[in-house]
Amino acid sequence: MLAETVNKIEVEIKNANGLHMRPAMQFVDTASKFSSSVKVGNGDIEVDGKSIMHMAMLAAAAGTKLTITAEGADAQKALEALKDLVENKLFDESAWQGKNEADK
Amino acid sequence: MEIKKGIAVSPGIAIARSLVIDSEDYRIPRRSILPSVKVMEVKRVRDAFKKAVAELEKPDSDEIIAEGNIKDIFAVHLRFLKDKNLRKKITDLVYNDLLTAEYAVSTTLRDIANHFASVQNKYISERATDIYDIEKRLLRHLLGKKREDVGHINREVVVVAHELSPTQTAGFDRKFIKGFATDAGGRTSHTAIVARSLGIPAVVGLEDVTRNVAPAATVIIDGNRGVVIIEPDEPTLKEYQQHAIEFERLERELDALRDLDAVTRDGVKVELYGNIEFPHEAEIVIDKGGQGIGLYRTEFLYLYSQTEPTEEDHYRAYSEVIRVFGNMPIVIRTMDLGADKFTQSRRFVREPNPFLGLRSIRFCLQNIVLFKTQLRAILRASVHGDVRIMFPLISSLHELRQAKMILRDVMEDLDEDGIKYNSSVPVGIMVETPSAALTASILAGESDFFSIGTNDLIQYTLAVDRGNERVSTLYSGADPAVVSLLRSIIHDANKAKINVSICGEMASEPEFIMLLLGLGFRTFSLAPPMIPEIKKLVRSVTVESCNVIARKVLMMNSEREVINYLRSAAMKVLPEVF
Repeated sequence: MLAETVNKIEVEIKNANGLHMRPAMQFVDTASKFSSSVKVGNGDIEVDGKSIMHMAMLAAAAGTKLTITAEGADAQKALEALKDLVENKLFDESAWQGKNEADK
Repeated sequence: MEIKKGIAVSPGIAIARSLVIDSEDYRIPRRSILPSVKVMEVKRVRDAFKKAVAELEKPDSDEIIAEGNIKDIFAVHLRFLKDKNLRKKITDLVYNDLLTAEYAVSTTLRDIANHFASVQNKYISERATDIYDIEKRLLRHLLGKKREDVGHINREVVVVAHELSPTQTAGFDRKFIKGFATDAGGRTSHTAIVARSLGIPAVVGLEDVTRNVAPAATVIIDGNRGVVIIEPDEPTLKEYQQHAIEFERLERELDALRDLDAVTRDGVKVELYGNIEFPHEAEIVIDKGGQGIGLYRTEFLYLYSQTEPTEEDHYRAYSEVIRVFGNMPIVIRTMDLGADKFTQSRRFVREPNPFLGLRSIRFCLQNIVLFKTQLRAILRASVHGDVRIMFPLISSLHELRQAKMILRDVMEDLDEDGIKYNSSVPVGIMVETPSAALTASILAGESDFFSIGTNDLIQYTLAVDRGNERVSTLYSGADPAVVSLLRSIIHDANKAKINVSICGEMASEPEFIMLLLGLGFRTFSLAPPMIPEIKKLVRSVTVESCNVIARKVLMMNSEREVINYLRSAAMKVLPEVF
């Protein structure tokens, strides 16, 4: 507990096909760019955000809310990058889910 | 000769000897190791991972690997092989539970694969194959086997297998592998994706083709129609050899047509739409030059999951297609199950006469909750593009009114919830029963459009089950009874000034196009791979000559006479498509 920072955010999976293999790969690749540890929680389950096995096994469908916890020097940056990937870039997939929410 | 029907996932025609690949299902027995060798055994696991990674990072078939989709698949494999958590899970089994490296690898990856296979999301569940593929790769290194890919074959073959893994398909030499036929798989399976990206024909979902094909048997794979013919007889073989040669030449020629209009030589515009079953096929329709979706079958939503689809499942599937098509029309047909297609749920009771039973719109009208869920999703999606709703198997005005009443109910619900939808969404019907055809003038008064489903219309009109090989020869769109019904439907539709299209298989059979144009049809919806061919035909004829053909056909009194006449007429215009 020295200069370490712990940060936590919540993101929503918005791309239509959910967190299948390719998005999981992108997530892991992004998380691995940072030195901080990255944990991803879905309900009671918490997994390693740098492990494709863990991330793919979450099988989070569109609409799922995930908590991402980062711990380390670049924790804040890691969370920003991951939030951007999941919610803004939508893993380069569909934006319709998000659009629909706006319609309501 | 044996003919098997499956799902066409990659177009083209292949004729070659079969190469039947056994499912390389390693059964690894659970064996223990002595504590004294556990460190060595862990090293074996690590070495296998290292070798597998090296293999993927420096693949021997660079050319194939370089292509988009395949590269993506192996990128995922590589992430798994480099995943410390995965490796630790396996080495823990070896180190702590004293199990062999082979067993630890196999059991761990199979657990993961089973987990994926059980997931609702089809994008994820079909990727269980990837995990098996990783398992096989690791075991190959552990067991010291040489790569048993079929890269060493030196003659042309079609590959027949239960299901192909990405590693197997990437090892294939495109020079010799002419096509795939598999028992399992769907349109989004790896066999399908890889076949399309290699540009070779494939038919999947054949259920038991591996059991029916002997090694080195002559096999025809028709990736346009989803048919596999085993040991064809001489005439069939000749016919397909001709098809195959023409197909390749045509393909190249047809690609050039993609951006041209489907317009006859005398300047009459024809609309060509695609029939699709899965959302991802939307892109194939665009790729083939389709102007929209004339028939979006929605049964897959019910057939490929264990539970009934939710409103969101529907909404996602529709939105995905709308996104591809922008403002081009998309006709969504409401659930058409029953008869030969059943859902996973056991709500369909066995019926002695399913084609005359509780199917399609009849089922929906008795299961209003299920029906409303789908309608609500379609309406919600309707604000994003040019969505149209189509009810299947309407056989009376009463049914149409009931269905529309339910649709209005759903609209009111949406109003109450303050959810936007297109309140003037066009609502049409499939004309596919003789009763609908005969009362078309009445139904036209309350429909925004008609789409003629020729498959069922022919079947019901001629009282022939075309799936029954003992009577299937009686099934023909050229029967004067069918031609007469088509003529009366278009007459009634024109009188009511509503659009009418053809979405059955007749619209993709070149011999019928001139007759249909002559009868007055201007909109066709067909299997996407057939669009360029039909466009070429349309561009080669004049409506004037088609009118003459239709007039002549209407005076003929036998199916034989009609079909022979139509074939020779089409052959004169476009000899290469036959």
